Amino acid sequence: MEYFVQQLINGLTLGSIYGLIAIGYTMVYGIIGMINFAHGDIFMLGGFAALIIFLILTSVFVGLPVVILLLVMMAAAMLTASLWNWTIEKVAYRPLRGSFRLAPLITAIGMSITLSNFIQVTQGPRNKPIPPLVSSVYEVFGLSISLKQILIMILTVSLLAVFWYIVNKTSLGRAQRATEQDRKMAALLGIDVDRTISITFIMGAALAAVAGTMYLMYYGVIVFTDGFVPGVKAFTAAVLGGIGSLPGAVLGGLLIGLIESLWSAYFTIDYKDVATFSILAIVLIFKPSGILGRPEVEKV
Amino acid sequence: MATTTYSKESAGGSLTARALREGFFAGLVAFGLFILFVGLETTQNIRNELVLNQRWGLLAIFVAVAAAGRFLGVLYVQPWLAARKTAKAAVADKDVPETFLARNFSKLAILALVLMPPVAVALFGVQGSLKWVDNFGIQILIYVMLAWGLNIVVGLAGLLDLGYVAFYAVGAYSYALLSQHFGFSFWILLPLAGILAAFWGMILGFPVLRLKGDYLAIVTLAFGEIIRLVLINWTEVTKGTFGISGIPKASVFGIWSFDVGAANNFAKVFELPMSSAYYKIFLFYVILALALLTAYVTIRLRRMPIGRAWEALREDEIACRSLGINTVTTKLTAFATGAMFGGFAGSFFAVRQGFVSPESFVFLESAIILAIVVLGGMGSLVGIAVAATVMVGGTELLREMTFLKAIFGPDFTPELYRMLIFGLAMVVVMVWKPRGFVGSREPTAFLHERKAVSGSFTKEGHG
Repeated sequence: MEYFVQQLINGLTLGSIYGLIAIGYTMVYGIIGMINFAHGDIFMLGGFAALIIFLILTSVFVGLPVVILLLVMMAAAMLTASLWNWTIEKVAYRPLRGSFRLAPLITAIGMSITLSNFIQVTQGPRNKPIPPLVSSVYEVFGLSISLKQILIMILTVSLLAVFWYIVNKTSLGRAQRATEQDRKMAALLGIDVDRTISITFIMGAALAAVAGTMYLMYYGVIVFTDGFVPGVKAFTAAVLGGIGSLPGAVLGGLLIGLIESLWSAYFTIDYKDVATFSILAIVLIFKPSGILGRPEVEKV
Repeated sequence: MATTTYSKESAGGSLTARALREGFFAGLVAFGLFILFVGLETTQNIRNELVLNQRWGLLAIFVAVAAAGRFLGVLYVQPWLAARKTAKAAVADKDVPETFLARNFSKLAILALVLMPPVAVALFGVQGSLKWVDNFGIQILIYVMLAWGLNIVVGLAGLLDLGYVAFYAVGAYSYALLSQHFGFSFWILLPLAGILAAFWGMILGFPVLRLKGDYLAIVTLAFGEIIRLVLINWTEVTKGTFGISGIPKASVFGIWSFDVGAANNFAKVFELPMSSAYYKIFLFYVILALALLTAYVTIRLRRMPIGRAWEALREDEIACRSLGINTVTTKLTAFATGAMFGGFAGSFFAVRQGFVSPESFVFLESAIILAIVVLGGMGSLVGIAVAATVMVGGTELLREMTFLKAIFGPDFTPELYRMLIFGLAMVVVMVWKPRGFVGSREPTAFLHERKAVSGSFTKEGHG
């Protein structure tokens, strides 16, 4: 039983990271109906930005409090990743917005290849380990919960709350939802559609960067290929939760994290990715609208 | 959009001012993008700790290039493009007569390919021809064949498949395992690998019949990854990540062999000096024949009812169904036919390498093949061949560019930049020519009269 609860906690931590990445997928898919394939690599890029900021801070200011260190890392990673995603949208996706549907998917795949290889070329192909940042572990009822796990979960919940508020209560969110429903009509009503889409990409990238920082803190290592598998899993999470829905993305992320850690704990660890990919296929085939999504009606 | 549109009013001084402003802005963005990743490098020191290495000079070059590029782009390239566009629109109605080269392009290309190995041998000697025949010829032709196979699924039937490499893997492992365990020859296993891959195409195609567009793409990606992960983890059969080595070579229909010790060794029979080049030249003709077979079958199928049904499915699934076309069998045959050619290419790959491992069947391969199909202009066989030559040949060419070492110093390894340039090329070509190298795609069947359908009226990936 304790083993089970322990795995539950591990799964929820992992799932929070997936959920944060999934929000970016779900928002972009919701607003322009494209799979931003490079989103996983934006996550990886955010992790690298955090890593480099960490190295700068620890070499310049010795003995900086961990809280400030983490906050600065996160802020810098969010800024860098947002700028990258903003540029990518402007350069690679916007010119193709009126084109056929496959076109932005191809440029997105191209961007994904470009980003991971850019990091490989500039930062080297090796694993980048960092010393543990947060190492306290609490013993509660015979379970061990580490501070970083608590941190990740709290951060996910609070960021979800903030983003849910932005999308549902502010005028920016209203513009986003209007653009999502009917881009032309939104433009006619005075919404700057290009700007709204840009902001959506920036928001998605910022969350992915937070996830990247958390990933770096949790595992203590990052490598340039780390974008692909978490990216696909986060996309699975977005689909599972119902694409276009923010709480759905986090719910999907948590479920994927749970499935992955429970599968590794009780079956074989080798096939944990097979389990995730199978879930993706099964959900898409039998319930493409996901758990919290709206079914799509096809117009002729 | 105000930043990218060019208005004729803003000529002269204001244009220069705008170019300066945008150049500065681009430099600023580039500074933000690259400061962490280019300006600083993480390297390991002797104690295996990460340390930072500063490269501000390189960062300055990046920023300067971005700023200057944007400045020149706004000042010269955009007005030039706009002028060309208006000039082009003025002469668009004129009929340009087809030149001899354009009319017979495919025939001439096939002739050139048939003559390539002897010419390479004559120019560079038996051993020197290896590079051209193997690295360029065979490598490009494998991708041409794969892209033509995928073209049946994506270009003709409009089903977006991101897991095509799975069938390539099925073909390769079929040949590797069956030849090692049962000793069958290449010529028996080639069709068998195709059949097995087609079978897998149907198995994987069946559950995704209801899906469309992006969702279909993601599920096929998932299937591709599942097959790769099974290949990695099912170590009793596939030997996992170590792969299967020592795969037997192919022979010229059993008449001549390329095994060194064999009595009927090709070089011995013809009393030629021993060289591995003969085998590669033989393989070159095999893959050329296989690729041409793919093209021939595609061209023939397009004229058959099933090919017409694929194209109808691509253009509009609902209309297709209301006309009484069985979309289930139409989709499954498209998947199976495409997969079959993937299987052929896979078994050829196994026989060429003599070694297969899951490393060769990663998602990146699927992405490359799909990129070639899309960049070639979906459905156009010539365009796809051109795209494969440019993308694969271009990146192979990068390995040869040793003179770059003289410019960038001796540590410069062009291979490292191969995939980076490939990814960028995918983006640039797509943005520049969204309809691919060969722009127009015409359905083969028309009502009343033949007319070209403009790209903007057709849609893909909805199938």
